[in-house]
Amino acid sequence: MPVATALALVPRLRIAPRDPAAETEALLGLASWTGQFTPTVAIEFHDTVLLDVSGSLKLFDGLESLVGHLRQGLADMGWSAALAGAPTSRAACWLARAEEGRLVSSGELEQALSDMPVEVMRCENGVPEALHAVGVRTLGSLSALPRDGVARRFGQRLVDDLDRALGRLPDPRNLFVSPATFRADIELPAEVTQTEALLFAARRLIVQLAGFLAARLGGVQRFVLRLGHRDKAPTEIAIGLLAPSRDAEHFVLLLRERLSNLVLREPVRSIALRAEDVVPLAGRDAGLLLEEGRPPGDWKHLIERLRSRLGAGAVHGLASRAEHRPERVLVRDAVVPGQPQRIPADAAEFPLRPFWLLDPPKPLREIGAAPYCEGPLELLAGPERIESGWWDGEDVARDYFVARMQNEALVWIYRERRGEGAWYLHGVFA
Amino acid sequence: MPPFTALLDHPGIWRGDSLGRVETPGLPSGFHALDAELPGGGWPAGSLTEILPAHEGIGELRLLGPALATLSKRKLWLAWIAPPHLPYAPALAAAEIDMARVVIVRAASLKETLWATEQALRSNACGAVLTWLRAVKYAELRRLQLAIEGTRAAAFLFRPAEVAGESSPAALRIALGTANGGLAVRLLKRRGALLARPILLPAMPPVVRSRNAVCHVDRHPAVAAAAGNFPARRIHA
Repeated sequence: MPVATALALVPRLRIAPRDPAAETEALLGLASWTGQFTPTVAIEFHDTVLLDVSGSLKLFDGLESLVGHLRQGLADMGWSAALAGAPTSRAACWLARAEEGRLVSSGELEQALSDMPVEVMRCENGVPEALHAVGVRTLGSLSALPRDGVARRFGQRLVDDLDRALGRLPDPRNLFVSPATFRADIELPAEVTQTEALLFAARRLIVQLAGFLAARLGGVQRFVLRLGHRDKAPTEIAIGLLAPSRDAEHFVLLLRERLSNLVLREPVRSIALRAEDVVPLAGRDAGLLLEEGRPPGDWKHLIERLRSRLGAGAVHGLASRAEHRPERVLVRDAVVPGQPQRIPADAAEFPLRPFWLLDPPKPLREIGAAPYCEGPLELLAGPERIESGWWDGEDVARDYFVARMQNEALVWIYRERRGEGAWYLHGVFA
Repeated sequence: MPPFTALLDHPGIWRGDSLGRVETPGLPSGFHALDAELPGGGWPAGSLTEILPAHEGIGELRLLGPALATLSKRKLWLAWIAPPHLPYAPALAAAEIDMARVVIVRAASLKETLWATEQALRSNACGAVLTWLRAVKYAELRRLQLAIEGTRAAAFLFRPAEVAGESSPAALRIALGTANGGLAVRLLKRRGALLARPILLPAMPPVVRSRNAVCHVDRHPAVAAAAGNFPARRIHA
């Protein structure tokens, strides 16, 4: 009926234009997501995905459990779908169109097919009406008619399709091959200004990504969420991981931390998720014995989570260089925790070193020829002379002492040998 | 007539001087005098420990050194959250703490510090979490306590000595002071009876003294220390 008539009948009707390209893209995305349940996936345009699950039943513990996983995943991604199962692909296709949720075994196939209306066959225009005109409304009555008569009147294809559904003729399909990289978009129904709503929509894309990765037995170390605005250039949020992963919950956690720090300058109209490099990642074996208490967590996940909120530079490990200048011994920012460190071989030879190093060293006053820091300092040991660094311009020449403060704390101070011989506090023996 | 002492073994009687029983053994601190007074024979695992040093540099980290070294040998992670300065690598190496298993987290605000601590505890990925805090509300500490429940991690919260009077859900609270050149550890709170006297631990490190007890520093910097009263060791030229 024309749009005007529909609006006259229901004034509050919401009308959206149909986008066949987006529908096809969504179907392909869904097909690659279902690859985690079985390697044999086929597509029947324009709205059907066929999965041959006979090989996966044992892994997923039965047909009911597999269907449960499918329904859960589809709900997480926001799709509403009709599911049905049958011994042949064509029969499953027709069943899904006729009756949602029916799982038919081979013994019940003929009976189930006979009750279905002829519209499920999706023949060319005019054929269903012609069949109605001769009083044939169900597939049962169609199969009761003489075969060559039906073929002559309505086309051989009708008879062949029926044979294929019943398993008498083979029905080969082109298997769907999922693409090498992941791309998925969602056009948001309304402009979004809050980041929490973005997370809700992004979650659907992440579930799809996790299914895609599971189908390829792979993981990603980096994925990019792109937010499309009306006028400005899209905002890109890149999430990097220390190790490849396909854990959907972990991805959502990282994205939540990042989005909570984000300030949206313009409302968001669409979001897109891209993941380019897929690396092979084996599954994880579950432990044989039940462990007491909480299972040990993954330290890589912890570091990724801390970095996603505090910033990449805020979480680092420690590394040391073979260096005499104390402030240069420590390398910090680029270090990833977990890299094995080489401790300088002569570390044991050095006398006592303080636990804390002050950066930069704090200048001390000199009162009565003795350094002063909250009280006169008592020099206990030293001097230990360190002169180094003439080759890179950061020349130091210092005499280091261990000193005791008035409140009995031990500190590491030094005196410049060049210049006026100023005193500095460089470390605290905690 | 059964002996009197056998009567005291009755499960319904709790004696005031007995230590609380804990399910998970504690992490040995490396100091016998301290371990004897801690329930579980060491630092508590699965609950918070508050350390209140009288001032910075009194020996709070050297107190933890042996325990952290033990965790390092077990290949567990150590998380240092919001430390006041950077730990100096040669000192860690001397204390036998594996640098490869140390994670330093710098936080810009108290809220971030608390969040990072909670994440580190809840993940159960670290053997020990060291956090430096100042003014924290009881509810926030309670949240940290809930995060560490059920794990085997040890959490050490360093706070200023002024908060000794505030209540806290930590299972163990100790205050550090000095006495006779050594470290005086006062157990403010533990699972068990209150300990009145402080535990005295030897000074750490043993006080280093040069051959001459008095150090003369020349007024004129032009006269180098080499001409002073004790030998200067030339490390590197």
